[in-house]
Amino acid sequence: MAENNRAVVKLKERYADALLEYKEHRGEVTVIVKKESVLEVLKFLRDDLRYNFLSDLTAVDYLGQEPRFMVVYNLLSIPNKDRIRIKAPVTEADCSIESATALWNSANWLEREVFDLFGIDFKNHPNMVRILMTDDWVGHPLRKDYPVQGPDREPYKGRVS
Amino acid sequence: MASEIMTLNMGPQHPSTHGVLRLVVELDGEVIQKITPHIGYLHRGVEKLAEHRTFHQALPLTDRMDYLAPMHNNLGYVLAVEKLLGLDVPERAKLVRVIMAELTRLKSHLVWIACHALDIGAMTVFLYAFREREMVMDLYEMVSGARMTSNYFRVGGLSRELPAGFEQKVQEIVDTFPGHFDTYEGLLTKNTIWLQRTIGNGVISAEDAIDYGISGPALRGSGVDFDLRRDLPYSGYEDFDFKVPVGENCDTFDRYKVRLVEMREAVKIIDQALKRLKPGPILADAPQVCYPPKESVYNSIEGLIHHFKIASEGFPVPEGEVYMAVENPKGELGYYIVSDGGNRPYRMRVRPPSFVNLSAIEKMAKGSMLADLVAVIGTLDIVLGEIDR
Repeated sequence: MAENNRAVVKLKERYADALLEYKEHRGEVTVIVKKESVLEVLKFLRDDLRYNFLSDLTAVDYLGQEPRFMVVYNLLSIPNKDRIRIKAPVTEADCSIESATALWNSANWLEREVFDLFGIDFKNHPNMVRILMTDDWVGHPLRKDYPVQGPDREPYKGRVS
Repeated sequence: MASEIMTLNMGPQHPSTHGVLRLVVELDGEVIQKITPHIGYLHRGVEKLAEHRTFHQALPLTDRMDYLAPMHNNLGYVLAVEKLLGLDVPERAKLVRVIMAELTRLKSHLVWIACHALDIGAMTVFLYAFREREMVMDLYEMVSGARMTSNYFRVGGLSRELPAGFEQKVQEIVDTFPGHFDTYEGLLTKNTIWLQRTIGNGVISAEDAIDYGISGPALRGSGVDFDLRRDLPYSGYEDFDFKVPVGENCDTFDRYKVRLVEMREAVKIIDQALKRLKPGPILADAPQVCYPPKESVYNSIEGLIHHFKIASEGFPVPEGEVYMAVENPKGELGYYIVSDGGNRPYRMRVRPPSFVNLSAIEKMAKGSMLADLVAVIGTLDIVLGEIDR
């Protein structure tokens, strides 16, 4: 159960106002926090609970829902051999969140990729430019409303799936 | 005397940059001041394409990312989907997956040692390592019909049974490869040129390696004793006895030694798995997910309908999200899959080890000579197919 998880217990004690939701699925604990507090929560997890390795940073586009985006941080504790997932909701109207580069250098390229493919801006990032697409590319390819065949092209009709 | 900074384009044509990586290097004489990597030349939108295919159809996309370790990509993906489904696979399938994963580790590390040595100037090792790699490629062809894009694993198990003679061929590898590793070591480990080009090159401390998200052999080369196969086991790795090599000096030579020991350990794991291999089912008993046996498809209408239904519609996966990581030859290869309860991944994210490892290149090479940058690129063992996805 997620509420018995060591990290969740500590987070509930310290960041009760910032916690929006926590759950466990297939043995994995996910905690959703307000985006204003995400950096504080990540720093606490890194320094006090030894989640010292930022495995992955990505985003999910829930088009049609509000808030539209979720920024996802998959953390790993090398000493405790344990994982936790932190998520922060980001709205389309205010499509930005604080950069985690202050905590981990690994966030640098991962955030650039999210910016490139989702259009989420990371505040205080040292080099917020596209990384996979060219600088003059229009649009953000991993958004759900971006056509899979690319812009200005007929949809491929060769398959039904 | 005032110096002038020169900007130099290294790659994508430079042999050490694998044809699709461009490094804009700023040099003060021969000393590197700044490196700006340019990636994306190979971007094929794998994550986007996966959202428009069923869970089965997304599998071949994964082969093409790290094209030196296709079965590892398959393994990470099928384990993630199986985790979402709560599906357990039969013992034989697990063992075959381990054998193929470790053969893939050999295959990938052989390309690494070949290219790394060639970049630094050792042509003989390149030729030898590719000769040995052919044996693994032949096995790939035996089990999957393809030498590179294997697409052999399936959600729930394997696509087909091992062919006759497979185990003898693997045994041949187990018996002969340690001798080949001795040959490589004989050519390199005490070679003065090799030592001078690798010792003290590309140093990155354990703290910095964790900070930059480096994983796999490069992390262990920096002295961090962490291996997903041992510490967060999957596919039955907890039942195998193997050593995790760790470096001390955090340099290119240590990373070289770590990978060599990893190859020897991979052979031991394959040997243990071969001894445990027993006849049995290769697919989970989950008709809603797994294809029926081919005989049933060809000889009964029920089998044909069953096959058609899965092929055309796929299978629904319960709503939820998982992050499943495997110890790929380059590092932590993670799949973060979100399902909305439908038959396609709502979001498939690949955590590419090469991408994250490459982000530390400036940290590792700044202040060293331009010629050392070639060794740093080689020691990271990057594959651009995975970096750009």
